[in-house]
Amino acid sequence: MSAVVAEGVTKRFAATTAVDAVTLAIDRGELFGVIGPDGAGKTTLFRMFVTLLAPDAGRASVLGLDVVRDYRALRRRVGYMAGRFSLYPDLSVAENLQFFAAVFGTTVAREAAQIAPIYSQLEAFADRRAAALSGGMKQKLALCCALVHRPDILFLDEPTTGVDAVSRREFWDLLSTLKKGGQTIVVSTPYMDEATRCDRIALMHGGRLLAVDTPAGVSGSYDRPLFGVRVHARYKALLALRAYPHAQGVYPFGEVIHFSDARRDTSPDVLEQDLRAYLVARGFADASVGLLAPTVEDAFIARTAGPA
Amino acid sequence: MTALIGLLRKEWFHILRDRRTLAVLLGLPAIQVVLFGYAIRTDVNDVRLGIVDPSPDHATLALRDRFAASGVFRIVATVPRLADLDALFQTGDVQQAVVFEPGFASRLAGSTPASLLVLSDATEPNTGSLLQAYALSVVEQYQRDLSPPMSSVRVQGRAWRADRPAVIVPQTRMRFNPTRESSNLFVPGLMAFVLTIISSLMTAISLTREKETGTMETLLVSPLRPWAIIVGKVAPYLVVGFASVVGVLVEARLVFGVPLRGSVLLLLGEGALYILVSLALGILVSASTSSQRVAMVVALLGTMLPNVLLSGFVFPVESMPAPLQVIANVVPGRWFVLIARGIMLKGIGLEYLWRETLILAAMAAVLLVASTRSFKERLV
Amino acid sequence: MSAVVIEAKGLTRAFGAFVAVDRISFDVRAGEVFGFLGANGAGKTTAIRMLIGLLSPSSGTARVAGHDVGTESEAVKRRIGYMSQRFSLYEDLTPRENIRLYGGIYGLSGPQIRERTGQVLTRLGLEAVADQRVQRLPLGWRQKLAFSVALVHQPQIVFLDEPTSGVDPITRRQFWELIYEAAAGGTTVFVTTHYMDEAEYCDRVSIMVAGRIDAIGTPGELKQQFGAPSIDDVFVQLARPAASSGGQAHAAAAPPGGPS
Repeated sequence: MSAVVAEGVTKRFAATTAVDAVTLAIDRGELFGVIGPDGAGKTTLFRMFVTLLAPDAGRASVLGLDVVRDYRALRRRVGYMAGRFSLYPDLSVAENLQFFAAVFGTTVAREAAQIAPIYSQLEAFADRRAAALSGGMKQKLALCCALVHRPDILFLDEPTTGVDAVSRREFWDLLSTLKKGGQTIVVSTPYMDEATRCDRIALMHGGRLLAVDTPAGVSGSYDRPLFGVRVHARYKALLALRAYPHAQGVYPFGEVIHFSDARRDTSPDVLEQDLRAYLVARGFADASVGLLAPTVEDAFIARTAGPA
Repeated sequence: MTALIGLLRKEWFHILRDRRTLAVLLGLPAIQVVLFGYAIRTDVNDVRLGIVDPSPDHATLALRDRFAASGVFRIVATVPRLADLDALFQTGDVQQAVVFEPGFASRLAGSTPASLLVLSDATEPNTGSLLQAYALSVVEQYQRDLSPPMSSVRVQGRAWRADRPAVIVPQTRMRFNPTRESSNLFVPGLMAFVLTIISSLMTAISLTREKETGTMETLLVSPLRPWAIIVGKVAPYLVVGFASVVGVLVEARLVFGVPLRGSVLLLLGEGALYILVSLALGILVSASTSSQRVAMVVALLGTMLPNVLLSGFVFPVESMPAPLQVIANVVPGRWFVLIARGIMLKGIGLEYLWRETLILAAMAAVLLVASTRSFKERLV
Repeated sequence: MSAVVIEAKGLTRAFGAFVAVDRISFDVRAGEVFGFLGANGAGKTTAIRMLIGLLSPSSGTARVAGHDVGTESEAVKRRIGYMSQRFSLYEDLTPRENIRLYGGIYGLSGPQIRERTGQVLTRLGLEAVADQRVQRLPLGWRQKLAFSVALVHQPQIVFLDEPTSGVDPITRRQFWELIYEAAAGGTTVFVTTHYMDEAEYCDRVSIMVAGRIDAIGTPGELKQQFGAPSIDDVFVQLARPAASSGGQAHAAAAPPGGPS
């Protein structure tokens, strides 16, 4: 049975359509990522899945239960970690955990094994007030509290936003561990590089789904050759590439400029040669050009760039 | 300098574009002028007067006519004995009594001064002394009119003149609050005030704080049912409210010697009822907003302000113009203040207060149902 | 060699017993894009607050735009631009009004403000929404506008605190092009970010761990030094040992003066 099924789910607020006819299915035991920037509609979508909002159109079911009709039963079985820090700042780590365990009719002691991998990182701070924790620690605590009642499915809304790179990695390591234990996890994130840590992803932008596939499938859907240009004078090169008559997409990616050509029928070798010639002619003697494997971010940009 | 002007201009934009604050800034003074202008009445009218006249004669009748014609008093009962008025005093149907001694007229005509007693209900602040003053002025006017050289008093068509200056010696007494201690008058209202702060204001703030920090979301997505969330958040304030009522009472008794002539249990019971009403109001306020600050302002304006102005805490309701009196009837504090004063100062029980209690109970029932309904199980 | 516009020497800030910034020293040259990186709680925000004159150092010195941040903080504030993460523009004002306000605050004349307004609106393509309240604009547009507003008085140095948080990939890159433009025009850009690929856009980068600067250099130099393929990996190498053993208290706790 699917863990989550959404059919044409839509939600409007006044003049904006926050979620626009979203259709997807998530399997049990999957680590599923909803990838998109702020304003994409991820939080609204998640809130509908956890029964906090009712869709204006379409239907959704989680664990076989309808999100509108069976919301009471669902609320018992779902683990939810809301966007901003949503625990009690004036309670300690231990007190927050005890509260959430009690609300679901269990105790921390009983569920110790369940939360062990995460709690071991928090144990040293059991008596510290939640407000005094660093961003990364707060998110780990929130994860613990969402897990403590052994939910059948976890919904984590932007758990790594605003958290530094190291804590983000550690958090995803924890999620991988949980997934190995069979936990179904649905995560949303604005960081494209986290997409590769998921089994499958959905790209979301402006309320719509751009793609639903494995990360490899999404990056593989990039439909033309992608070139990486390395050059010392990056900004000048960027401007020069924009002026190149055959330029389709020119985007900086750290050290490398990702370039895609507008011509569809030409062979990649010719595209590469033409590009190198152009750059050298413009004075970038040190430019190196090579084919690149596209990433999820390239695919996202290609789909959101609109008409070139 | 331009920087400062720029900053000033920006502040104007903020003020003009924030509709809610603007409404408060413009509307509040207007409302306050009306409220304070009409509520703060230090004069009284339509005083319910009882007459005790064991032997009606032309003098007592004349004086009674004077009271009736004064435009301030309304005679609601005429009885031969003072005891007959007791029940009416208890229920508040009579605010003041004029008690004539037997043989009033002959005393007037004779050589000994005629006496009468003016008895005023002093459970309302300010009112007691005012009532007394009015009554005395009527009596004094009558006395002057009787005295030579001019008399305007007519008896059976003929001008009646006393042979010598008529002397009426009025005695006065304040009922229920003989020493007119202001603490006696304020304590019941104070209890209502304190309870409103704790039960309405704090409840509203507590619930909206949960919404503001985002923890409400997490609570909703859990097996907790709405009533459980409400009870869990609100019950501590019930306990705190109760404790403060007891605290205020103890302090009033020990420090100021405020009497508690009626049943303590009844008072605490009515207190609990009033706390329920205030809690329900607090929950309703929290349902209207997600912001703690807004909740605080709405609670202050919607629950505390009416309680201070319209409950009879400081300003007597009976002196207010009719529309305000009608509005005052909707303010729960009004009924609690009546009940508390009745129990503490008059020593009466449910047999007289059943109506007020019923009204409070009905308010509690309606508000509790409304507040539970208002609690949204989803965010939208 | 261009002039040094930011110079920190042993800059330190303590809150009671807790040392948030521990004797950091570094320079930034004119026209550089300098990436100031570090984990949450490492002391970045405290350091930036000292550099922009909002917080006084406990010891050590820093000179920004030729003035000492401890004794001449007002002069520093006048010469720099700042875009904070939490707040950038007044939401109930329009873009035009925001530009006018900040222009006025920094002492630009009426004609200057008008000219700058036209320039900014055209460059960002915001003419159509120039008179709509900022709260109605998408996040990406707001961030770009905030950046332009921070530059309205053409400061020597501009400080940006996580300017592209949450913004979509295309707009992020457009934002960085604005940064490049500003740098090409001679403005020094001092920026913090959580996106490690953005670290690669910088001329030089420093990484703060537990209050100290543990690495500083060009992205290429650092990758070579640590034998890592990306700045992300350099970062993890530096921060992870601290996070998993002795320095855990520092990494896990937030300083009392406010989290980083």
